Amino acid sequence: MTDLTSLMLAEARKGLAAKTFTSLELTDAHLSAIEKARMLNAFVMETPEQARSMAREADARIARGDGGPLAGIPLGIKDLFATKGVRTTACSKILGNFVPTYESTVTSQLWRDGAVMLGKLNNDEFAMGSANETSCFGPVGNPWRREGSNTTLVPGGSSGGSASAVAALLCMGATATDTGGSIRQPAAFTATVGIKPTYGRCSRWGIVAFASSLDQAGPIARSVRDAAMLLRSMAGHDPKDTTSVDIAVPDYEAAIGKSVKGMKIGIPKEYRLDGMPAEIEKLWSAGADWLKAAGAELVEVSLPHTKYALPAYYIVAPAEASSNLARYDGVRYGLREQAKNVTELYENTRARGFGAEVRRRVMIGTYVLSAGYYDAYYLRAQKVRTLIKKDFEDCFARGVNAILTPATPSAAFGIGEKGGADPVEMYLNDIFTVTVNMAGLPGIAVPAGMDAQGLPLGLQLIGRPFEEETLFSLGEVIEQAAGRFTPARWW
Amino acid sequence: MSVDAATVRRIAHLARIAVSEDEVPHLQGELNAMLDFVEQLSEVNVEGVEPMTSVTPMQMKKRQDVVDDGGIADQIVANAPATEGHFFLVPKVVE
Repeated sequence: MTDLTSLMLAEARKGLAAKTFTSLELTDAHLSAIEKARMLNAFVMETPEQARSMAREADARIARGDGGPLAGIPLGIKDLFATKGVRTTACSKILGNFVPTYESTVTSQLWRDGAVMLGKLNNDEFAMGSANETSCFGPVGNPWRREGSNTTLVPGGSSGGSASAVAALLCMGATATDTGGSIRQPAAFTATVGIKPTYGRCSRWGIVAFASSLDQAGPIARSVRDAAMLLRSMAGHDPKDTTSVDIAVPDYEAAIGKSVKGMKIGIPKEYRLDGMPAEIEKLWSAGADWLKAAGAELVEVSLPHTKYALPAYYIVAPAEASSNLARYDGVRYGLREQAKNVTELYENTRARGFGAEVRRRVMIGTYVLSAGYYDAYYLRAQKVRTLIKKDFEDCFARGVNAILTPATPSAAFGIGEKGGADPVEMYLNDIFTVTVNMAGLPGIAVPAGMDAQGLPLGLQLIGRPFEEETLFSLGEVIEQAAGRFTPARWW
Repeated sequence: MSVDAATVRRIAHLARIAVSEDEVPHLQGELNAMLDFVEQLSEVNVEGVEPMTSVTPMQMKKRQDVVDDGGIADQIVANAPATEGHFFLVPKVVE
């Protein structure tokens, strides 16, 4: 039998339905791959017993003929998703050994459809980071290395564990979340496919909150089709999240292979940065050529407020984080430091429980919301956000179906290489992805090529609100043209 | 705008994060790097622009005014570091 871990999700589904192999066999193959890949540090908690029991149940469901759309498919779950009875930490010391008594809506929908949980995946602490280096469980290794080098590179972040595990074939797909690029940037760094759907498409209930007006869940997968299958199960209305929309979830997979003839694709001139590496520029025009060859029409567009998206984000996101993270007080769950009075209890617990990046963002968020500074920072940033969104609306109103950009300004870099002296250096990783969160739009990152050092690079497609199907159709055109990329196993 | 050491201490207290004296200069530098970075927003003309309150145009949903959850006190305190019965324990607040 071929190695079951090398199958695409769509192929595994066929094999399971035809009873070529069982979910238990498929799950065991992945559990053993996880064991051999512990040096990547992608999983922060392995749940083999639960995985096998879920696999046996899926096999029984398949035998009865009522296996759901993901019956028997083993997945990894970002540690930001609350999983009932399984430790959930957001990779922060402050949550300690928090064991949820409830299940997030997104994961409960995956289990409803028959998926199997292999374990919990590493991420940046509270999803704050672009390299998965802020996790209290330590950094994650990227399965990709530079040609002829043994240096371990970051997988991107914050969903670094998700991207690394999918790229290393440790799980067939993974849940992830994206506040400023945390699905798309790690997908680009690992040659996987990641989609951040429209704000409101997936319920945020039961996902540890970072910045509530920007956070969205989505999948990281091995192919565009696999991503479409996963999103279909993850998306949907949830009365427990008042920002989740009550719109029927389409069959995203049906969009794969649909003609893109006549679609208008915008190329935004503001994304052509000074000093952008030539290979990114080359990849971008290759992507445009592939879409053109498939019958799409390319048009230059302007999104004049692009350069203000990242600074506005670094006001809005920390402000919302400072409010959301106020709940970690050492009283109701997680870490508690002893103190003489209740104020010291809060202060000592939060000083010890939050890592440096989280402390920094909570403090900047507190500052921009504080009396006397609110108007100058927060209110101004929210006005700029209105302008960023309007740029996209104007563009779509002129008939543009989707916008093509690079996913990241560089390929993956080494652990500890960036952001040591100046935090802003790390933040610049999200320059192409953050606009999409600010405007609430869907965005997909698709592997598109390699840099000169043999590292993967991705392209991003940005769509109209709730038109994820367009992104799947276009994404698959890029995937077909670029081919697939698998790292050589060294772990 | 930039923050001085006293402001760093004040923000830390507002954020309820204990900061030792020797951490202040470092934090001050980092916060000022972030403030320098966001300073470019002041060049945007926002005259007459509405601040964003909802990224997707939607009506705030309202739920029925009925009890649909509850009776789970055991679960609520299950993860608490210090409890007595169904109460969270904190250091004495009122003398």
